[in-house]
Amino acid sequence: MKRFAFATVSTLAVVAGSSVVAEPQAEVLHWWTSGGEAKSVAVLQEEFASNGGTWTDMPVAGGGGDAAMTALRARVLSGNAPTAVQLKGPAIQEWYEEGVLADISNVAEAEGWADVLPASIAGHMMCEGTWCAAPVNVHRIDWIWANADVLAANDIEMPTTWDEFNAAAEKLQAAGVIPLAHGGQAWQDATVFEAVVMGIGGPEFYQKALVDLDPEALTSDTMVQVFDQMRTMRGYVDENFSGRDWNLATAMVMNGEAAFQIMGDWAKGEFLAAGKKPGEDFLCASTPGDGYLYNVDSFAMFEVEGDDNRAGQELLAKLIVAPNFQEVFNLNKGSIPARTDVALDAFDICAKISAEDMGTTSAGGSLLPSYAHGMALRGSQSGAITDVVTAHFNSDMSSADAVQQLADAVANSY
Amino acid sequence: MTDLSMPQTQTRSQSATGKIALRWLLYVLLGLFALYYLMPLFVMLTTSLKSLEEIRTGSLISLPREVSFDAWKTAWSGACTGIQCEGLRPYFWNSVLIAVPAVFLSTLIGALNGYVVAQWRFKGANIIFSLMLFGCFIPFQVVLLPMARLLGMMGIAGTIPGLIFVHVIYGLGFTTLFFRNYYVTIPAELTKAARVDGAGFLRIFWSIFLPLSLPIIVVTVIWQFTQIWNDFLFGVSFSQAGTQPVTVALNNIVNSTTGVKEYNVDMAAAIIAGLPTLLVYVVAGKYFIRGLTAGSVKG
Amino acid sequence: MSEWLENHLPKVVLAPSFIAVLIFVYGFIGWTAWVSLTRSKLLPKYEIHGFIQYERLFDSPRWDTAINNLYIFGALFIVIAMVLGLLLAILLDQKIRVEGVIRTIYLYPMALSMIVTGTAWKWILNPGLGIESMVQGWGFPNFEFDWLVNPDYAIYTIVIAAIWQSSGFVMALFLAGLRSVDGEIIKAAQVDGIPTWRIYTAIIIPSMAPIFLSAFIVLAHLAIKSFDLVIALTGGGPGYATDLPATYMYAMAFSRGDIGQAASSAMIMMLVVFAIVVPYLYSELRAKND
Repeated sequence: MKRFAFATVSTLAVVAGSSVVAEPQAEVLHWWTSGGEAKSVAVLQEEFASNGGTWTDMPVAGGGGDAAMTALRARVLSGNAPTAVQLKGPAIQEWYEEGVLADISNVAEAEGWADVLPASIAGHMMCEGTWCAAPVNVHRIDWIWANADVLAANDIEMPTTWDEFNAAAEKLQAAGVIPLAHGGQAWQDATVFEAVVMGIGGPEFYQKALVDLDPEALTSDTMVQVFDQMRTMRGYVDENFSGRDWNLATAMVMNGEAAFQIMGDWAKGEFLAAGKKPGEDFLCASTPGDGYLYNVDSFAMFEVEGDDNRAGQELLAKLIVAPNFQEVFNLNKGSIPARTDVALDAFDICAKISAEDMGTTSAGGSLLPSYAHGMALRGSQSGAITDVVTAHFNSDMSSADAVQQLADAVANSY
Repeated sequence: MTDLSMPQTQTRSQSATGKIALRWLLYVLLGLFALYYLMPLFVMLTTSLKSLEEIRTGSLISLPREVSFDAWKTAWSGACTGIQCEGLRPYFWNSVLIAVPAVFLSTLIGALNGYVVAQWRFKGANIIFSLMLFGCFIPFQVVLLPMARLLGMMGIAGTIPGLIFVHVIYGLGFTTLFFRNYYVTIPAELTKAARVDGAGFLRIFWSIFLPLSLPIIVVTVIWQFTQIWNDFLFGVSFSQAGTQPVTVALNNIVNSTTGVKEYNVDMAAAIIAGLPTLLVYVVAGKYFIRGLTAGSVKG
Repeated sequence: MSEWLENHLPKVVLAPSFIAVLIFVYGFIGWTAWVSLTRSKLLPKYEIHGFIQYERLFDSPRWDTAINNLYIFGALFIVIAMVLGLLLAILLDQKIRVEGVIRTIYLYPMALSMIVTGTAWKWILNPGLGIESMVQGWGFPNFEFDWLVNPDYAIYTIVIAAIWQSSGFVMALFLAGLRSVDGEIIKAAQVDGIPTWRIYTAIIIPSMAPIFLSAFIVLAHLAIKSFDLVIALTGGGPGYATDLPATYMYAMAFSRGDIGQAASSAMIMMLVVFAIVVPYLYSELRAKND
């Protein structure tokens, strides 16, 4: 705590005294390395540069940030932490507890972050009452994407309940279309799983089971039903789904080989890149059921030496949450701005749905963190759940066994 | 030499046609295995020459309809590895800066160690050698975190000298093994005679052993160069912006999670990143077998 | 002074390496052992909590799978790579005209890392994209090769790719061995009219015993360290059917922030290594001291 107070004082001193003198510098560790993602980060770098900053890029791709986290641990242990790191969910608080994160409250307060961010998202950016990370975007996870022509040809509407989804899938299967395009990688299995938990159990159940890890909820009949639905959906997936990358699954929807895909809104970028139009060529809707599952990307600032680095952190935090970057970045990335006061005129129909739902669910308390994308739980817990989910989906495990294993795995993960 | 083909002509039981058939069978067998080994390279090469459109629509294992080298150009100098879109080029240079000194140092130290262990045995030398050999087997994931701490203390975290240091340390086991097994086959009388003539430790190494060592140096250099050039785990953990090796850049190009995949660029980048090691094997492959023959495998 | 130096120079030369190994191998193993007794999560902590991590490890069905896979993978990989390497070496040793070219083709996979070749293998083994669809396209609609996506067989595809990568190297070892067998003995055997296959099984192969040992050690070390291969080919899937101890450990340490658990799995891995390597070193060094 002492160390923390020291950091606060010294950063304040930086802002008060030397921010004019010190040239802002930042070494930024992130895993957005290709195509649209890289361009989106480049927007930030340009803004940073035009404000007099020097950006040093430290990209490490792979495994949804696994490799980057490996590099981060090595860097922190060697006392050579990067200035800013792409970090999200409870991992922010975990790193904070190790005493290595810098406080950026003065920027957040000066910029009035609390007024423009939805409360539950702001919560992820706070560590023991201070601001410790800056949100970049909001990805919605519980999307279902569909090929418009395939649905029209088979006289199918976007499903609003899981029963409707199953009925549609049976119909499609009879017509020789793969109902669900899916990639058999653990995180993709988990993505479908959490959408089903939310859809069948409702937001309250989701909160109890996958956020609070309530053992009763984990072993409840509802959870058995969830696994039953997963088993049913396993039948709607083609034989070769194992190990398939998510974007190849998206391509299957695009070329009409498959009808639906359940995937976060980065899938939209794939459709757009292939020249498909939302609402015409492909359809987007939230997965059956209420609620909204979000994945918020954010940057945390690490404790570093030197006024120029601290100035860099302040500037970076400020720019990331500023309306201009929030708009430009998210247009590129397929997500929506984390702040609620950005005009959405330039965004497409899917993004508008997403933003509207975020507003209503935020008010109704069903705006919830995605467990599959590391927003709801710490790594060892979410990993333990994913192990069971993916083992169940890829074998003939019964739902009752799966529920039992789920409870055991969670208990064994602390 | 196991010269078995010649006496076969003397074997009465085998007719001439049978022999030719056998010969053909041999070549067919060798050819089939060659296909197995070449298959992945074939897929990579053809994919790298196709357009993205063709990859999306066509079969993955087929010859390109139209050959295009655009993907190669992009991979070398235009692909985005983060916000910089300079391709593999800058990282390639980092890898050279890491691999060359690390290979040189680990080979040199390995040669000296092997020389001591094989020819200047003192009490405990064998125990030291076996302790070093065991080091070959330590899984690298185990050493990442404590190594990071030590590199930080030594002040070389995130630098190219730091990476060289790591590679030299974990290469020592194998290089020492190679040289030791080679030098063990050189008669101890040679060293003794030279000592009688008044030559010292370094003098004997320099003028007698080193000139004899070319085959085993080739083996060691090939082995070490392959290991270090292809390393990803150390490269990603102990580098920082500006010192990342080519494997990390390749991974950045190939392994994006939420971007659009350009498979032709991925494959071209993969081949470019593998070219130096491929070249070493093709050019020095002959000496590799010779070096192994010369003693390193005699155990 | 200089005489002392001259007398002790061998030790002085060896000392830095020895110290380095003590710190960077044995020191780090000790460190890992210590951490495996703690409840370290995101970063290492040093407060001892007993054997809780080992209990968690042995309670984990995923670790069971990983260990079983190591046995299956290790045994198949080592045996097949050795047999194939020996076979190829014998075939190549029959005065083949283009030996240099073929040898290079067999050897090149060792030069490439699996990050490079993983995607290509993934495509080739994927039933919808690779061999299965190709053969079906040739007019064999019933041909099936779906190991990659079958949880019960996926580990065997890892074996196929691993053998592809390493068998050429083993071939090189054996080829070198064949070339250094004493030609006189063979000539004598041929004069006696002993058939070729008998010459191989009775004379040549037994004389290469040390090479089998070297090959075994190289392969065992590759099997235990196999990591890139799994990550590139299956990512551990389907489910976690192709997890190996090395990937398990990496997942725990770096994607889950469960360093204590990772350390305990690393210690078990080290025990396995120890059990394999120590007998080898013992026999190796005893033979040398004769």
